[in-house]
Amino acid sequence: MIEIQVTITNTSGLHARPAAQFVQKAATFKSKVKIAANNKVADGKSILAVMSMGLKQNTQITITTEGEDEKECSKALEDMIKSNFGEE
Amino acid sequence: MAALLLREIVDSFCLTVVDKNCNLNVPVEVSDINRPGLALAGYLQHFDEQRIQVIGTAESAFLETLSENLATERWLSFINLHFPCLVITRNIILPERWLQLAANRQLPVFRTRLATTRFIAQLTNYLEHKLAPSTTLHAVLVDVHGVGTLIIGESGIGKSETALDLIKRGHRLVADDAVEVTCTEENVLTGTAPEVLRHVMEVRGLGILNVKALFGIGAVRPNQKIHLVIQLEEWDQAKAYDRLGLDEEHHEILGVGLPCKTIPVRPGRNLSNIIEVAAMNYRLNKSGYNAVEDFIEKQRKFCLGNAPE
Repeated sequence: MIEIQVTITNTSGLHARPAAQFVQKAATFKSKVKIAANNKVADGKSILAVMSMGLKQNTQITITTEGEDEKECSKALEDMIKSNFGEE
Repeated sequence: MAALLLREIVDSFCLTVVDKNCNLNVPVEVSDINRPGLALAGYLQHFDEQRIQVIGTAESAFLETLSENLATERWLSFINLHFPCLVITRNIILPERWLQLAANRQLPVFRTRLATTRFIAQLTNYLEHKLAPSTTLHAVLVDVHGVGTLIIGESGIGKSETALDLIKRGHRLVADDAVEVTCTEENVLTGTAPEVLRHVMEVRGLGILNVKALFGIGAVRPNQKIHLVIQLEEWDQAKAYDRLGLDEEHHEILGVGLPCKTIPVRPGRNLSNIIEVAAMNYRLNKSGYNAVEDFIEKQRKFCLGNAPE
């Protein structure tokens, strides 16, 4: 199991499109993905669960990955958030 | 442990804040409420400092029977105890200097026009609900023939698709993808959807659907008691699935064990049909008829009948 902490830096936060990108990326891995923030935990492969967390810019989140490809999965998701989901 | 701020209680009950400068960000952590009759009578032991204190007609009338000095002395020793706030019911007017003493030690004092017992009943209900342990699960909750059925399983196994099929058959969606579960009473779990996700579901390939708009108000319900857990999992050749239904599996949520059925998923198995039957069977069992026991008893007699003389 790998646990990383990332701060959401893109302006709009994890709203519709970024959330969809995140979930799609997570779903390409076999590992279980969980996001924790503001005392809530959501399944990182479920678009509605991720969106219901209402994650804004500058929120620090904890991503937990568990499974055979946890390392790659964790890295890919971290990179995606750090790249601001391709937003300006 | 969940905590609630005084501000939320004040807003929910439209309480009048006596001293506008008091701190409303004080947390309340217990749902018990106390009428401080004994404390005002001078008995200060066994005083639970976490409880909200409520003063009504009896307490204020009692204080009036005391001499002024004694009453003020009792009042002082009462407000010097630590508790989250004091609520005065029936809009009773207490002497201004007493309220000033409370304000001096920054004790929040509120007023309501409600009668004491009624207010306590409403507040207890409210606090029990707000302070109940809760968690958010990745699952789908559907009301199937009145049985709150929680469908769990790995992402992509087909929970939402199964729920959609159940809705088409006339059952009701409570929450898709994220279910907020609260343990409101001993051993009772209630599920609801987070506000933003109410009536909404996601189906791969279609995206986000609004079930209420598509199927009407009859296809949704805001909350539901959870009775049964259905665990969907990929069919594993090596695993032995329940053939008789004798073994009662349990799934634990917030310390409450719920009956659980593990249903293997394989092409050609109509999951919504199976879940519908599981819910009906649950009701049948609850009504006192257990098909398995009945069948096994019959079969046992049958074996005995065939025994060689």
